[in-house]
Amino acid sequence: MSFINYSSREINCKIVYYGPGLCGKTTNLQYIYNKTNPEAKGKMISLATETERTLFFDFLPLSLGEIRGFKTRFHLYTVPGQVFYDASRKLILKGVDGVVFVGDSQVERMEANIESLDNLRTNLAEQGYDLDKLPYCVQLNKRDLPNSAPLEELTDVLNPTKVPQFEAVATKGVGVFDTLKAVAKLVLTELKRGS
Amino acid sequence: MSNQLVMYEEELQQISAICDVLQRDSNAKAVLVIDKNGQAMAHSGEVEHLDVTSLSSLTAGNVAATGGIAQLLSEKEFAGQFHEGEKTNVHISIVGARVIMVVLFDERSSLGLVRLRVRKAAAELTHVLEVLVKKSEAGNQPSVFAEITDDDIDNLFND
Repeated sequence: MSFINYSSREINCKIVYYGPGLCGKTTNLQYIYNKTNPEAKGKMISLATETERTLFFDFLPLSLGEIRGFKTRFHLYTVPGQVFYDASRKLILKGVDGVVFVGDSQVERMEANIESLDNLRTNLAEQGYDLDKLPYCVQLNKRDLPNSAPLEELTDVLNPTKVPQFEAVATKGVGVFDTLKAVAKLVLTELKRGS
Repeated sequence: MSNQLVMYEEELQQISAICDVLQRDSNAKAVLVIDKNGQAMAHSGEVEHLDVTSLSSLTAGNVAATGGIAQLLSEKEFAGQFHEGEKTNVHISIVGARVIMVVLFDERSSLGLVRLRVRKAAAELTHVLEVLVKKSEAGNQPSVFAEITDDDIDNLFND
């Protein structure tokens, strides 16, 4: 749920990075954090276990500039990818304005990708959202690994509706900002459409 | 996109005034009003050294998690929470099912006083929120997005 503040002239939106465990959701946020000017970002918060697995969520507030005198602020969240944290994932989807599904390109993670994507649809539906009506992008991560599945195969399975899709190597930043910009643009366009 | 929260100057001033009075009357260090999705709406008191954005997000996450626990226990919600620290204590309450009121206080105040003052402030805040929601839903206020063009959005993302 976006928050438009006419008093401070700010547009605030929430974007959630979703995907199976270890697909690189936190890595996306860390790269964005490391490469963004200090004045455009807030503190990145990671609620993680001792082994650096996301326990509840990562959070990164980001300013993307001004439109007609209104500051655009995006709150980026990740969900915990591990299957048993489903209750937490549902909570984080509340009030979402845009979603990025981060798929893991490795052949052996295909089943985990499918399960996570199904889980995203189900959990969104529980909150009254339809994934096909939300601003939504797919990022196919870990494209540099030798065991990554062919692009066409991943696209067929993980992006049947042909939403904007990006190949990525999040550890090196490849595709990270392209994905962010695409989803942020979709969110703003949707807000404009709904106004 | 339903349920968009919109804040106007008039209501923000009223909410800020409620925060100011609560902060003063409860001898609190600071008072924050946060949207349930983690967006900071208004604050009062000593907030210069606080990371209000992070605090808002984490508090909303905390309230959401507590709400999840409530559901598992067949409770509607836990309307209030209290965190006791060595120097700073935090009183968190849900107001009007929509926003979260956070009071940070130290030894200059007490939980009893804070709870008493929060009750009064919450009633006033509920009223302002009702007006705000009606005003927002009526849709007769000018929308910033009516002026924004597709080119404006494109330009934001040009390197």
